[in-house]
Amino acid sequence: MLIGHYNYWVVVALMMLGFYIIIAHGNLIKKMVGLTIFQTSVFIFYISVAKVDGGSAPILAEGISQYSNPLPHVLILTAIVVGIATTALGLAIIVRINEAYDSIEEEFIQQQDNLS
Amino acid sequence: MVGVVVAIIWMKDLIAVVMLLGIYGLLTASFFMAMDAVDVAFTEASVGAGISTLLLLVAIAKTKRKEHPSRHKPLLALLVVLVTGGLLIYGTYDMPIFGMADAPAHTHVAQRYIEDSYDEIGIPNIVTSVLSSYRGFDTFGEVVVIFTAGLGILGLLSTVNGTGTRKKLPTINDSIENQHIVLRIVGKILIPFILLFALYVQFHGEYGPGGGFQAGVIFGAGIILYAMLFGMDIARRVISQSLIQLIAAFGVLLYGAVGVVSFLNGGTFLDYNVLLENPVAGQHLGILLIELGVGMTVASVIIIIFFNFAGRKGPQQISDDLGA
Amino acid sequence: MDMFMEILSGIFLLIGALLVLAGGIGLIRFPDFYTRMHATGVTDTLASTMIIIGMMLLNPGALVIMKLIIILLLILLTSPTAGHALAKAAFRSGLKPISNNKSQQESKSSKR
Repeated sequence: MLIGHYNYWVVVALMMLGFYIIIAHGNLIKKMVGLTIFQTSVFIFYISVAKVDGGSAPILAEGISQYSNPLPHVLILTAIVVGIATTALGLAIIVRINEAYDSIEEEFIQQQDNLS
Repeated sequence: MVGVVVAIIWMKDLIAVVMLLGIYGLLTASFFMAMDAVDVAFTEASVGAGISTLLLLVAIAKTKRKEHPSRHKPLLALLVVLVTGGLLIYGTYDMPIFGMADAPAHTHVAQRYIEDSYDEIGIPNIVTSVLSSYRGFDTFGEVVVIFTAGLGILGLLSTVNGTGTRKKLPTINDSIENQHIVLRIVGKILIPFILLFALYVQFHGEYGPGGGFQAGVIFGAGIILYAMLFGMDIARRVISQSLIQLIAAFGVLLYGAVGVVSFLNGGTFLDYNVLLENPVAGQHLGILLIELGVGMTVASVIIIIFFNFAGRKGPQQISDDLGA
Repeated sequence: MDMFMEILSGIFLLIGALLVLAGGIGLIRFPDFYTRMHATGVTDTLASTMIIIGMMLLNPGALVIMKLIIILLLILLTSPTAGHALAKAAFRSGLKPISNNKSQQESKSSKR
């Protein structure tokens, strides 16, 4: 019974690792990397839900009767592309922060904000 | 994959972290292939292992390379993470077993899409038909999101090129430096094929994995390769910034225009059945036009992002300009 | 004839897998950056070629064979270039290959 759920455990493990990177590391770029890992773990969750045992890829072809569920594929396709759009915007903000504060560590940025 | 992520947490050199993220993206794409999600695997491979690695590297080039070691032990973070993880695993006990065919996710709408897609729309790739026709409105929102991200990056990072760019730029034949000659020649051979492959993926998206997003990403990556090999000045002369911004806006406009034409022909927004005489042919035309719009916007936004990131001066150059 | 093709493709795939393993071991055990580049060059180019030829011999149909040939050409063209680019970048940054010259050995021992 529990072994059938192993895909959810992998997803939760990856999600928690990404979450840990976001909250525990001070470097802004590492936080973006952690956010990417978190997003990817959610994608893995959806795609593993979409899989049907014995099904094939959802492209209609002769002689195949069982297809994997195409609906989560559509959702994740949208999500992946929106993910890079937000990552790019976040990285642009990081570049601007670096120019303004000359550092991308959270502690130094907060120090400079507290001093001024 | 868990091992790769643990290594990412451990490493302090950011370039190594980015490379590991590329490996992670590739492993995720092969996992998607094993799950029969071919469109998603294609997109994740091109985006996750290609573009996001590139963007992170360019961002690191403009900022610092090494991570500062943290001064305190993050025990509270570890505790929060473990508690959250435990709660999530407890929540998954009720979820359906991996791969069951009668799970609730498979039984309601998806069955109808799989069964009726060929009669109503007539293309073999079910994912494209759902993405472009049944759920076309969501895809419209997605294209607008990408366009907005491009606008945001233009607002944050664009610098105004002064009139000093009128100086005579060397032609490509003059400027082949000996150190890059192998890369430039191989690049000249391969870049036309990369762009051709992007067009193939764009128009073949109805019959196999592919479609507008993947094609846009591959096209953008080809142009970025050209810009990296031959230098930003020459690339800016070949591909002018205003043209790229125009194409990005035109892609969104094309998508919206298809919806409005459906209005004018008597249907609802983005209803392709009324575009032509035969509903199935109308679907084909509608899907073709919106995939074209999506591909144009994605390619041009990726080119905009890269040109603005790479053309941005580093902090030393800005202080030099201010001091001089 | 079919059995023969299957056995032959199996041999090619096995050789490809062994070359990947050799490249991986070389990546860890070689002492210097440039020698490691050589090991990964073997993996990227030769092992991929063996695996693709093994797949072609399974005789899946003309269209798939054409696509595999195009992929093979692409790999043969790009992976040596990638290796060259990496080695050139390393050389220009000043990373020198280790050598057994006497002057280097003396300078190393004098530094210790």
